[in-house]
Amino acid sequence: MLAFAIRRLIQAVGVMLVVALISFLLFRFVGDPVNQLVGVDTTPEQRAQLRQDLGLNDPVYAQFGRFVGKAARFDFGISYQIKQPVADLIASRLPATLELSLVSAVFALLVGLPMGVYTGLYPQTLLSRLFLALSLTGISLPTFLIGILLIFIFSVNLGWLPSFGRGEVVTIGGFWTTGLLTRSGLSSLILPAITLGLFQMTLIMRLVRGEMLEVLRTDYIKFARARGLSSRAINFGHALKNTLVPVITITGLQIGSIIAFSIITETVFQWPGMGLLFLQAVQNVDIPIMAAYLLLIAFLFTIINFIVDLLYVAVDPRIRIGGAGA
Amino acid sequence: MYRQSLFGRAVGGAIRAGMVAGALAAATLGAHAEGKTLRFAFQGTLNALDPYSLNETFTLGMLGNVYEGLTKRDKDLKIIPGLAESWETIDPLHWRFHLRKNVTFSNGDAFNADDVLFSAERVRADGSDLKTRIPADSEWKKVDDYTVDVTLKTPNPILFAEWDTWYIMDKEWAEKEGATKPVSAKDTNPGPAAYKANGTGPFTIESHEPGVKTVFKRRDGYWGEKLIDTNLDSVVFTPIASDSTRVAALLSGDVDLIEPVPVQDIDRVNKDPNTAALTGPELRAIFLNMNQIRDELPTSNVKGKNPFKDPNVRKAFYQAIDIEAIDKRVMRGLATPIPLLIAPQLYSAPDLKRWPYDPEAAKKLLTDAGYPDGFTVGMDCPNDRYVNDEQICQAVVSMLAKIGVKVNLNAQPKAKYFAKVLAPGGYDNDFSLLGWTPSSFDSWNVFVSLATCRDATGKGGPFNLGGYCNPKVDELAKQIVVETDVDKRNQMIHDAYKILLDDTSHIPLHQQSLAWGKRKNLDIVQRSDDQVLFYWAKLN
Repeated sequence: MLAFAIRRLIQAVGVMLVVALISFLLFRFVGDPVNQLVGVDTTPEQRAQLRQDLGLNDPVYAQFGRFVGKAARFDFGISYQIKQPVADLIASRLPATLELSLVSAVFALLVGLPMGVYTGLYPQTLLSRLFLALSLTGISLPTFLIGILLIFIFSVNLGWLPSFGRGEVVTIGGFWTTGLLTRSGLSSLILPAITLGLFQMTLIMRLVRGEMLEVLRTDYIKFARARGLSSRAINFGHALKNTLVPVITITGLQIGSIIAFSIITETVFQWPGMGLLFLQAVQNVDIPIMAAYLLLIAFLFTIINFIVDLLYVAVDPRIRIGGAGA
Repeated sequence: MYRQSLFGRAVGGAIRAGMVAGALAAATLGAHAEGKTLRFAFQGTLNALDPYSLNETFTLGMLGNVYEGLTKRDKDLKIIPGLAESWETIDPLHWRFHLRKNVTFSNGDAFNADDVLFSAERVRADGSDLKTRIPADSEWKKVDDYTVDVTLKTPNPILFAEWDTWYIMDKEWAEKEGATKPVSAKDTNPGPAAYKANGTGPFTIESHEPGVKTVFKRRDGYWGEKLIDTNLDSVVFTPIASDSTRVAALLSGDVDLIEPVPVQDIDRVNKDPNTAALTGPELRAIFLNMNQIRDELPTSNVKGKNPFKDPNVRKAFYQAIDIEAIDKRVMRGLATPIPLLIAPQLYSAPDLKRWPYDPEAAKKLLTDAGYPDGFTVGMDCPNDRYVNDEQICQAVVSMLAKIGVKVNLNAQPKAKYFAKVLAPGGYDNDFSLLGWTPSSFDSWNVFVSLATCRDATGKGGPFNLGGYCNPKVDELAKQIVVETDVDKRNQMIHDAYKILLDDTSHIPLHQQSLAWGKRKNLDIVQRSDDQVLFYWAKLN
């Protein structure tokens, strides 16, 4: 088990190095950071000097080596634009993104699961067909369109919810900001969380529905019925329980995507998280922020995969045996 | 304030009207003590607060609520005394500035000559982006606590033209905070001036989270109360990058002021009973560059020679473009055609007019120049820098097609565009679109930036993308910068513009309009330099 964990850990470090390298190669194509750093009156000589001082004239491998060396010590440099340490900036934006991601994951589960169960149990009813039609829209409409649609309905026309931002936040423990404790914070969370969670909700609903339909046809359900158990006990005690294994796996893996793909939702709602920081950085060619963000996302994905792998081994002995044999 | 506005929206318009009436009644009771808060959203972010870090309109405008220069500009951009009460020229090389007494910085420190000398050093220091604000070789001397002498090496008629945005910093504060050097991108340990501010202006910055939120507070003890007109107690600034979200925030009442309103949303903002668009001319001139320095255009099918070297070809391009149509359709009326590379508010002359739109004449010019069937050329264009920049370029492409010129458009984000067409990219453009606002509001800046000869590395006019070169213009520019006789100077400026027009050095297109969106209960002055100044804002 320990050997397995160590092997996966080494693989994870390799993945992160590759992500960092690829992103560094890409940075050469995003444009010139210096032009975004100075005003129009700055002479070409001064601009060239700044390029030199920032180390942008060095070959890619030198820039990459410097970045990895510093990153290993958790030093991600200073943002070109904001002129504050990138590590601090990301740390201050992290709570907003994590809070939004978790709330939308919870939303996706709490809504997707019952809808999935219902459509699985009663596939022919009108309500089931409605849910399925809705889920099709959820999957096919792009996130930014859903966000803008929600803003125009609930903020502009109905005036119920704020159109952007995070509302009032409370600081806990000196570093974590939360919007969950204020009224404006909570109301600001609703629309972005729905926008971000809609896709996952649809996914969970369809997954649960499919699994339910599958499980309900199995023999042990038939036997349970024959034994005269209540349909409540059968549906929730036996059927749902057996559908949950793949659901948990998918949800766990999706948390990574939710965090990574919150970029669009954060931009539409001007949600002050990491995704927004990243997008602003891309527009201004703020390489230190882009590099650190991409590395962090790679880290999150590898960590989540790592945990999922470990869980598999814990849950399913067959993988352990296969791993030992290989 | 947020809770109140949420409540207001929940109960509906009728009660909201009642609340406004209540607020009005409250406004008559006290001065700025009752706490009006302006909520303002802009498309870009406010980054470092160091007033010498970035020479850019929005940043300097926001900081202008907190800091002040020796001079200020009034609502019509006229220069008025700021921290300098008056000044005089002893001779063309010696200026004397008399400083205002009884002025304090927001931390309570008194303002005096030492602060001016310190700021003059700091703004010229390594890492400053505002080095051009004062001549590098000028000498600054303290005569007494409230008198400063400036000695120049060459006469300079526009010495203080940009001093309204050269903000005076407090020497004692900077030394105490360790902020004596400008914050620059290459600093590994940025100073506190990146996120703190201490100026003599009417507002202070209470909190600053770049890209998230900045809170300004009105301060007590501001010297210039009679120059300002505001009932604001605080301002909450949020960047909102997405156009539709920004407009939605205004329509839903989550913010009171947005900038910019996309031109296609102006009607919508005006139709809403609670909001209005505030439009006015902006000082930026938009124009096209034609590369005349290359011997052959890489993107053209004409080989062995460069058609743009022929002034007739340039004029043919000029006359083929129907600027009225672009301004009516693409810009939806929010642009004014210009004959020169400068906004008419800054310089105009009755005899300097645009060449008329005339596709027949253009076709003839092109035929006479030896291109009866036109030719092919590539065009570079930004797509996120100026108002509807890409659409303008598309319109130009289709208009030139009518005289047989096939233009291949390459529109890309500004970060990539500028990397290609400016000096670091080797001025790689054959035909391109650019916008320019002279930072000094003076024509000399236009000539030396856009129209004087340059070499391939940018020595000379650094933003002369087309590489236009006429020694006569260079000579005039040299004289304009030192000529102190206003009439003689204006005549030289006129002559230089006349040469540019006759040579068709560039194709001036239009000046775009500012488009702010505001709630109806907000009164604010929109200055054409696009600075958002809270001290002329009133919430009713």
